[in-house]
Amino acid sequence: MSDPVELLERLSSVRGIRGSILVSADDGLIVAESLMTGVDGRAVAALAASLTNRMRRATECAGRREPVFLQLQAADGTVLAAPCGRELVLVAIAGPDVNVGLARLEMLNAAGRLA
Amino acid sequence: MRSVEPWVTPPLERFLAESSARLTLLMTSSGQVVAQHGFVRSVDVMTAAALGAAILASTGEIGRLVGESRFHALVHQGTRQQVFLSDFETARGRWIGLVVFDSESTVGLVQLFFDRLVAELVEAAPREAPKQQVLPENFERELNASLRALFGR
Repeated sequence: MSDPVELLERLSSVRGIRGSILVSADDGLIVAESLMTGVDGRAVAALAASLTNRMRRATECAGRREPVFLQLQAADGTVLAAPCGRELVLVAIAGPDVNVGLARLEMLNAAGRLA
Repeated sequence: MRSVEPWVTPPLERFLAESSARLTLLMTSSGQVVAQHGFVRSVDVMTAAALGAAILASTGEIGRLVGESRFHALVHQGTRQQVFLSDFETARGRWIGLVVFDSESTVGLVQLFFDRLVAELVEAAPREAPKQQVLPENFERELNASLRALFGR
């Protein structure tokens, strides 16, 4: 597995991404973070892990296996999540100026290396 | 959800809705139950309250031995369920929260919403009620009144 902090810092350097967190999927607790001040990382981690777990159940119930990438579009930006195996979830917080395609590519690349 | 103190009800209802906790107990540091959710039998509530208060007291002493002023929260992880225990200060003295949750929730969610519950309780807590002398003739009546409030019978 690659160094999580290094991967988070690389991800956070993508234009439009304000910060990223690596979360334990079972606990909703932060494993590593690279966040701007003013973002409540603990709350984002707990809620994003819960959302990802529920989406996993939804896609599996629909016979589509586990989710690969989640994009939650909000009024002032986007929250992105990519499960890294069963144990971790990579979460990115992005502003409205983010290039979602590039962010998605970077996140899937990082998730693959963290799994 | 049932509580002895009515002002506890709204914050606790919000916590239960957001955290998806299965069982929740709020009590004083001496193990006197203030509110409960999910317990069916009064004997279970009394036992859980006494054990929860004892566990926190024990870990407090361990903390004192190792030079930690106090442990504010601890989690017991089981195979299907987990127990979260934490104490906090209110205008009514030190209280303890005991939360049992399963795969519908996570430690992170319970901690997050428990912190919000504590903040709301601290804000809503009325000042300390004047201490009354505990008389034997009042004790049983007050105990029965608390059990009626907590279990509706």
